[in-house]
Amino acid sequence: MNELFGFSTLDLSRFQFATTSIFHYFFVPFTVGFALIIAVLQTLAYRSHDPKLENLTRFFGHLFFINFAVGVVTGIVQEFQFGMNWQGFSNFVGNIFGVPLALEVLMAFFLESTFLGLWWFGKDRLPAWASLASIWIVALGTTVSAFWIILANAWMQHPVGYAIKNGRAVMTDAWAIVTNPKALEWFAHLWSGGLTVAAFFVLAVSAYHLRRKHNVPAFRVSFKVALLTALIGSLGVIAAGHVQGQSAVRDQPMKYAAFSALWDTPTGAQMPESLVALPSNGARANRFEVTVPYVGSFLAFNNLSGKAKGLNDLQKEYAAKYGPGNYLPWVWPVYWAFRVMVGLGGLMLLVSAYYTWRWRQGRLDDPGRLYPLLLVMPLAPHLANFSGWVATEMGRQPWIVQGLLRTADAVSGLTPQTVLVSLTAFWVVYLTLIGLDVFLLTRTARAGMHEPEVETPSVPAPNYLPEGAAP
Amino acid sequence: MTADLPTVWFALTALTFTIYFFLDGFDFGVGILQPFLARNEAQRRALIGTVGPFWAANEVWVILAASVIFAAFPLWYGALLTALYPLFALILLALIGRGVAFEYRSEVDHVRWRLFWDATSFVTNLLPAFLWGVIMSNMVRGLPLGVGGRFEGHVLGAFDLFTVLGGLATLSLFVLHGATYLLLRLHRGSTLYLRARRAALLWGAAATVLVLAFVYVGFVRSGVFNSLGLSQWLFPAAAALNLGLVWLALTLRRDGLAFAATGLTIVFSTATIFLSLYPNVLPSTLGEAYTLTVRNSASEPYTLRLLSWVSLIFLPLIIGYQGWNYYVFRQRVQERDQAIPGGGSGD
Repeated sequence: MNELFGFSTLDLSRFQFATTSIFHYFFVPFTVGFALIIAVLQTLAYRSHDPKLENLTRFFGHLFFINFAVGVVTGIVQEFQFGMNWQGFSNFVGNIFGVPLALEVLMAFFLESTFLGLWWFGKDRLPAWASLASIWIVALGTTVSAFWIILANAWMQHPVGYAIKNGRAVMTDAWAIVTNPKALEWFAHLWSGGLTVAAFFVLAVSAYHLRRKHNVPAFRVSFKVALLTALIGSLGVIAAGHVQGQSAVRDQPMKYAAFSALWDTPTGAQMPESLVALPSNGARANRFEVTVPYVGSFLAFNNLSGKAKGLNDLQKEYAAKYGPGNYLPWVWPVYWAFRVMVGLGGLMLLVSAYYTWRWRQGRLDDPGRLYPLLLVMPLAPHLANFSGWVATEMGRQPWIVQGLLRTADAVSGLTPQTVLVSLTAFWVVYLTLIGLDVFLLTRTARAGMHEPEVETPSVPAPNYLPEGAAP
Repeated sequence: MTADLPTVWFALTALTFTIYFFLDGFDFGVGILQPFLARNEAQRRALIGTVGPFWAANEVWVILAASVIFAAFPLWYGALLTALYPLFALILLALIGRGVAFEYRSEVDHVRWRLFWDATSFVTNLLPAFLWGVIMSNMVRGLPLGVGGRFEGHVLGAFDLFTVLGGLATLSLFVLHGATYLLLRLHRGSTLYLRARRAALLWGAAATVLVLAFVYVGFVRSGVFNSLGLSQWLFPAAAALNLGLVWLALTLRRDGLAFAATGLTIVFSTATIFLSLYPNVLPSTLGEAYTLTVRNSASEPYTLRLLSWVSLIFLPLIIGYQGWNYYVFRQRVQERDQAIPGGGSGD
């Protein structure tokens, strides 16, 4: 395979996949949690008939809309790029992998895009209950969408319900695929993560306005709803993450060992956990490390004596099983990405617990000394998601489908030039999108609510005057 | 034609593309026509308002088309998308730009901001409208595919007289379809409506010429349409007749008929493409052995059966609520002369 500046088509295609997926993932979890928060706010508004709350719903709806637009359009790329850059992969897994993607479109995308339009533009054209139902349907759609896409990803990491026929994976048991234990754990993890993304954003916006005494009664409500969501989300992320780590020891031991930079299977009666390390693939060891005893055993097995296998032993096992080759993921990015994710998860839990405590103390309206932290907290879940994806996707290399297909065998026969050109174009467009999204979100969030919140539609609502009436 | 599962799914793929071209076709058309029809901010807003609540759901049909090919015909999916990689990359970038232009143009009240998005919208509607035709005609003509569907050609090979005519045909058809859509969505007798009518007449002429030229070249050149069999002239002729019907409807001032006729032209044109493909999905120009057919590129029956059951439940549901969406926003759009700084008072 020829190269360009030392990068092969494989390198560039992987980089492009990472780029388009991670950028897309800045917008998607946001909509998962945000739709739910807005649906709750609108339910409160519907039940109380409080115009302040209706305004609040429209205000956050506007922010949702700004973000949703970018989420939809970057999602189209996801649907095409498996065929464009990964022809070997599509040929091998289309029978199985294509199905959840198709179900995602059939069950979720149409639902979201149609009912969001109905909710946003139809505010004055639908009865209140239908408007409320629309936003709940959008929230349902985002959740269903997340479920199918994670199911597809989980199959790559833990293939089930398949047989190999003529060199391709074919589906034999749809039920096994739908109930893939990996998928269920990950769905819980990612969905909770989605809650935190939106929750900390709504918290920051609400705190900003509470601090400035704008519409205090309304923003107090959104602050409370977001705070509960943040608390549930961070608890869920941590609990599901713990379960996932333990199943990784069983199903993807190589990845787990990379998470912990565990090169050699521990020899003692327990497994320590590394706190800080400088892993080196070249030396097949850590150049430096600080470990704590027993913690590794507890995290991996919930006991004080369990031991996971080290990278070097697994490499030997894989070479015996799959033939000679290098089966080690690139350890340091996996190790550090994993640690950043865990650290940020802890931080999110601390911050939401702290503000819940303040709420109990009756000091909700005053964001307190942690106010500056609260304003930058929306970055934390994004960064945690980013590192989580890096850890899990780099951690499973060199496999694109665990144990069945290597990434190197999955890539399309494109020239590196072709991929580099598209990669550059995607970077330019995606950086512009992020910039615009952040700019518009900040601008709209700071502007706050207008009375009434009608003059902020993204697309002008159609102006339906009766035929012949003067405009 | 035996009604086996791969054939059913081939037909469903064709159906999905047809619905996509029908629905997003007028979105593209409105986007391309906007700079020609709207002279001031109120008119631009009115035009965007005609597709505002609909474009996102219309666009989802192309995502469905891609995922249907992926799930039902994985080899077709991989070969087509890899072989025409640069064209698909351009379409994706354009669809991104178009969606963002729709949503962000009114977010900031500034002339240059809106000007930028209007220009983006024009280009990003134009590109896919042209490229979809190029892609479809490449599919019919065949691609240099080798062992395992591996592409052995060059990017520029995607463009020749036939495929460029195909691109121009879809472009003009979509613009025409957009124009007749506007006749249904704007108040009769308004300035915009009258301009849309003129555009429909003009683009109707252009589309007739281009579609006929495309079909003629298709029959003459290596006879790509000949596999239609006995009915080989049926669908192209129906498409051409419909274009004639557009003129009749415009003359009779029957807006609904005009829109139905442009829509049917798109339906017949897409049917021509897919019927001339069958039983292949992607012919190889390097040898018949490498040609991808409905049979050799389809998923296993188990997968197809599963997809069939799910689609049987969800497709009618989708068509139902999407139809309801159009019903909720069925009234014609009126331009509103609101005070917009820099918007100009217009004509």
